Amino acid sequence: MSQTELEIVVDDPTAPEDDSPSVVSSATVETVVCLLLLALAATLGYDNWRTGASWDATGPEPGYFPFYLAIILGGGSLYGLIAALLARRAVRETFVTRAQARRVMAVFVPTLLFCAATQFLGLYVASFLLIAGFMRVVGKIALWKSLLTAFVFTAIMFVTFDVAFDVIMPKGPLEAALGR
Amino acid sequence: MEAFGLLLHGFAVLLTWKTLVLMMVGLVLGIFVGVLPGLGGPNGVAILLPLTFTMDPTSAIVMLSCIYWGALFGGAITSILFNIPGEAWSVATTFDGYPMAQQGRAAEALTAAFTSSFIGSLVAVLLITFLAPMISSFALKFGPPEFFAVYLLTFCSFVGLGREAKHKTVISMSLGLLLAGIGMDTVSGNLRMTFGSPELLRGINFLVAVIGLFGISEILLTMEERLALRGHAAGISLRVVLSVWKDLPKYWVTLLRSSFIGCWLGITPGGAIAASFMGYNLAKRFAKEPESFGKGRIEGVFAPETAAHASGTSALLPMLALGIPGSGTAAILLGGLMVWGLNPGPLLFVEHKDFVWGLIASMYLGNVVGLVLVLTTVPIFASILRVPFAAVAPMIVVSCAIGAYAIQNAMFDIWLMLGFGIVGYVFKKIGIPLAPFTLALVLGNRAEDAFRLSMIGAGGDLKVFWSNGLVGSITTLAIVLLFWPVIDGLLGRVGWRQQDKTATQ
Repeated sequence: MSQTELEIVVDDPTAPEDDSPSVVSSATVETVVCLLLLALAATLGYDNWRTGASWDATGPEPGYFPFYLAIILGGGSLYGLIAALLARRAVRETFVTRAQARRVMAVFVPTLLFCAATQFLGLYVASFLLIAGFMRVVGKIALWKSLLTAFVFTAIMFVTFDVAFDVIMPKGPLEAALGR
Repeated sequence: MEAFGLLLHGFAVLLTWKTLVLMMVGLVLGIFVGVLPGLGGPNGVAILLPLTFTMDPTSAIVMLSCIYWGALFGGAITSILFNIPGEAWSVATTFDGYPMAQQGRAAEALTAAFTSSFIGSLVAVLLITFLAPMISSFALKFGPPEFFAVYLLTFCSFVGLGREAKHKTVISMSLGLLLAGIGMDTVSGNLRMTFGSPELLRGINFLVAVIGLFGISEILLTMEERLALRGHAAGISLRVVLSVWKDLPKYWVTLLRSSFIGCWLGITPGGAIAASFMGYNLAKRFAKEPESFGKGRIEGVFAPETAAHASGTSALLPMLALGIPGSGTAAILLGGLMVWGLNPGPLLFVEHKDFVWGLIASMYLGNVVGLVLVLTTVPIFASILRVPFAAVAPMIVVSCAIGAYAIQNAMFDIWLMLGFGIVGYVFKKIGIPLAPFTLALVLGNRAEDAFRLSMIGAGGDLKVFWSNGLVGSITTLAIVLLFWPVIDGLLGRVGWRQQDKTATQ
């Protein structure tokens, strides 16, 4: 039968507090997103109009479809913008609290650094640094465990992709020094 | 019975050691992905896709579809043991599954979930086996106008029938269609929206976008939540399995009803989420004592799981037969087909028989092997949750980056993935649905090509979309669906709403 006495318990000591103050409201973010989309629609719409958005003898020109799609996107965003501005007065829904934002940034910033590192150091060195660094700094996991996990994972990835499946990843100075 | 012979041929293609090993690897990876927080079916398939780039298409699709089955099975484990639905469609499974685990009946609930998943998928696969060849041979007669009408129908039904605010669906879909248009225009060869950038010349790759939208953004979202969890560990013994299976015939009505709902909603873009809730609600409605639901009733596990899996599987039917994916994961598999140089759609059944029937056969085999595998290995997979998220998160990021880079060997794609990660995070939080975006991005170019080819054929006359009964009725249906909310409102005023209300309750 089932062994319910065996429980699995995982704690999350750095969990975001529930009463953390709001950084920004959903309505504000919606307003900004709609403005950005509106700008995108205008840029793409203009570019397609330049390419040619009319209807010639054999049907639409290359820019025809995207031009009208840009207009639809613009219309949708404009509607969304007005809706968001009206909603702003009524309800204040939180987009993200300060504690949540801190946690999201704790993942996002390392990911950003990882992408930059991949460009210069190659993917394998960057992923070793990301995993070891993240586990140590964010997860507060023992250094040797972090380094070992990062090394094993990176090695498995290297063997699977570069050796076994011939999917070549970006390389950096370390791989060059090792002759790969 | 031609289908039967072809299916046997499919099994023959499949029964090699290499394929069977790939199948097991796919299932294990899939369950793994399904159990981990912040990952699910579509992300799992998207991230693991690059593994298959150097395989032949049949092995590749077998492995990918097994990842998908595995993820579907894995989602049930966390819902029942930890009350954490791995996916939106396993929310309904927690209603009765978790109470059962609390009462010490976790093994029973898990067996019920796995078995009903198996039954749901099986019904859907049977449907695919016999219906897909018929639909595809019918669709062979389609010309560009018919195809465009079908694409239009897909897009319109998303806007008209979606649950989200209409303008948000429109934004998401038109953005997807626009981004799909970036790069070389396939009909005229002109460049569009590249702004002189050589990186944009290739266009925005669908899979790169998906990895960012689902993989990266999901990690950001997961970090916002409290990640502490407390649940039950359970091993399943043969005795429990047999006792649940012995009772199965008692629930045949529930199982059949849910399978039917699932298949229907899977083929139309209703999706597994709606199917699982509908399956659960109908089982509750027709039960003798509805108030006992939510307190650990086994039917409450059977009903949503069967429906969700029937729906998840039957979503592959329109993808195979028409080249139109019925779900997010099906869309990613479709993206995979294109990477391997296969053109999804009715011609697939004619030109790549081995591939199609190998895939269909793998659905049967994958489900049987998957069922046995999950029943025997639940304790191992449940303990994966002990691995701290701080170790899992960076590994997922690395896998996403590998996936994004491998598609076109471009560093630019890694940055693009990161960008889409931010977009996905923000969109999810302000309620802009991602499914229409994904669908538009994968179908955009095909829809536009179909439209422009029909225009060239008809000399620029729009009447071609009403030129015969078939294309005319599809186009009209599409327009009706687009304005469905308006029509529904008008009908409501005339007094038709009464009937509708009782049906949804």
